[in-house]
Amino acid sequence: MAEAKTDPIATRHAYGDALVALGEAHEDVVALDADLAVSTQSIKFGKKFPDRFFNCGAAEAGMMSMACGLAATGKVPYASSFAVFASGRSYDQVRLGIAHNELKVRIGASHGGVSLGEDGASHQMIEDIALMRAMPKMQVIVPADYNQAYRAVVDSYERIEEPLYMRFGRPSTPIVYGEIPETLGDGVDVLREGKDISFFACGHMVWRALEAAETLASEDGVEAEVLNVAVVKPLATEAVIDSLAKTGVGVTAEEHRVTGGLADAIREAAAEQHPVPVFALGMNDEFGISGTGEACMEHFGLTAAGIVDRAREALLLKPIVSHPPIHGSGASGSGAPPAR
Amino acid sequence: MHLKPVPDPEASALAAQEPSIAELERYATILRINCVRMLAVAKSGHLDSSLSAADIVAALYYRELRHDPTKPDWPQRDRFVLCKGHAAPIQYAALAEHGYFPRQDLMGLRKIGSHLQGHPDMNRTPGVEVSTGSLGQGLSMCVGICLALRLDGLQDTAQVFGLLSDGDCQEGETWEGAAAAAHFEVPNLTAIVDYNHLQTDGTTEEVQDTGDVRAKFEAFGWDSIEIDGHDMEAIVEALQRSRTLRKPAALVCQTKKGRGVSFMEDRFGFHGKPPSQEQAEEALEELEAKLAEQDEALAAGGGGE
Repeated sequence: MAEAKTDPIATRHAYGDALVALGEAHEDVVALDADLAVSTQSIKFGKKFPDRFFNCGAAEAGMMSMACGLAATGKVPYASSFAVFASGRSYDQVRLGIAHNELKVRIGASHGGVSLGEDGASHQMIEDIALMRAMPKMQVIVPADYNQAYRAVVDSYERIEEPLYMRFGRPSTPIVYGEIPETLGDGVDVLREGKDISFFACGHMVWRALEAAETLASEDGVEAEVLNVAVVKPLATEAVIDSLAKTGVGVTAEEHRVTGGLADAIREAAAEQHPVPVFALGMNDEFGISGTGEACMEHFGLTAAGIVDRAREALLLKPIVSHPPIHGSGASGSGAPPAR
Repeated sequence: MHLKPVPDPEASALAAQEPSIAELERYATILRINCVRMLAVAKSGHLDSSLSAADIVAALYYRELRHDPTKPDWPQRDRFVLCKGHAAPIQYAALAEHGYFPRQDLMGLRKIGSHLQGHPDMNRTPGVEVSTGSLGQGLSMCVGICLALRLDGLQDTAQVFGLLSDGDCQEGETWEGAAAAAHFEVPNLTAIVDYNHLQTDGTTEEVQDTGDVRAKFEAFGWDSIEIDGHDMEAIVEALQRSRTLRKPAALVCQTKKGRGVSFMEDRFGFHGKPPSQEQAEEALEELEAKLAEQDEALAAGGGGE
């Protein structure tokens, strides 16, 4: 097991490091990339296991179908590229060849969101969580930091037999988990307890949500609960509803469109089981833009200050009278009807 | 060119028999009859696309493929991928005739409760290696299978045969797969193109000319030949030759869509359209007459090569 990181580091490095560990532990693990092996860090696996590494060049569709063929013949392929190509460019290949066949393929989607920065809108994928969440049989993981990402990748080998989409980021981001967590669990971790408002965040927005909670506590005397939703699908609804039942209002934060992603996953659960206001912070009906990663995040308000602003608006609209939650069947797949 | 020896893995029961060319032609007729019957009942599907591939599929399943219906996941088996998944009926007919599932299942094609989906489904139908139906994906899937076989030390044992349509050759991803096969130097891949020149909206020349497909594969670094896709002797010879090559092999088969049914053969307008009751009867009459003729010739001792 690798050592936990303490200094800021990109989650994509966890993909590369964990992939090597998986290669050592399991002979059937193979990796594919599409000429971005240095960026996605799959190069580490490629150097260590050249026979089990296939660089497909800038041909992501072909890469995903090759992953399908490899998995259908008993291998466990990890296929990586930028999120925009790993989901959008090759959607049909992932859909039929991988998801429909329920094959054990893991997609490592790096450079998710606008924080990849300078390359701009063409490369800033802000709808992949929505695409992959809608795809039947596909599970979606968005780890919060290096340490959780490492755990997610190592566990991905045995977590499920069905396909997984894992989203990583380009920039170095602060560490949220002091250790490499023992497990990814059901994918929803309460990182800070609070009674006034629930923050649901994933990926790069988790550390910002913790910072926002700090600000609210010191400036407004508001106790925000912070939940890291690393597994966006299937959503562990029980943890989500428990928090909303306690606080009565929520704010979601993601580096992604507010449509179809984390926001809608939380809202779907809330609407069915505990209808309270849930406000979304994310990308609105707009594409990304060129700039440094941090400047892009600031441009679109994807910051701790952005979460604080959204929380203050939300608190004004928080219902005064609360009612008990309508608990569903627990960790059902998002979009599944509640148990009757 | 260096040739690799043809391996002789543990033979399955079926591999023991080796049908003659005349017998293979008869089997192709049987597969065609099955397709017409299936489509007449299903009232949906791609009949003419299945018929153009009948001779190729018969050559594969009855002679060239090393497979064992009693052990569909025998690791040393050859793989067949129907890249042109819309021709599923022809593969289903071959699988049923070989006992992968009961023949009567064929009549459930495209119906709720049947395992025979509109396009091949690896998780439902025994003998289907991988699900297909979205054109362009199959060849890259075949490359992935070849790479896995290489890691398992089986690349000189198991051959992977992909059957593509001209529509597949219009899809860009097919050429990603072609490039990958050459780059990774897979020696056990045979891409068979059922080049019937007809697609949904017209002839391939009118819709989007696929041009010299043989030359295209050659330019991608493949061994590439063109044959008559209804000449059983040529098909068998080309399939066997492809197995001995140390590079991926393309067999561009010039075929006629709807082959074997006169009113449909090489005619535009039947793609994805099931036969009417009258059309099915007419087609069956012609094919059954052909079968009787073939039976007679074989009985008279014309089956030798």
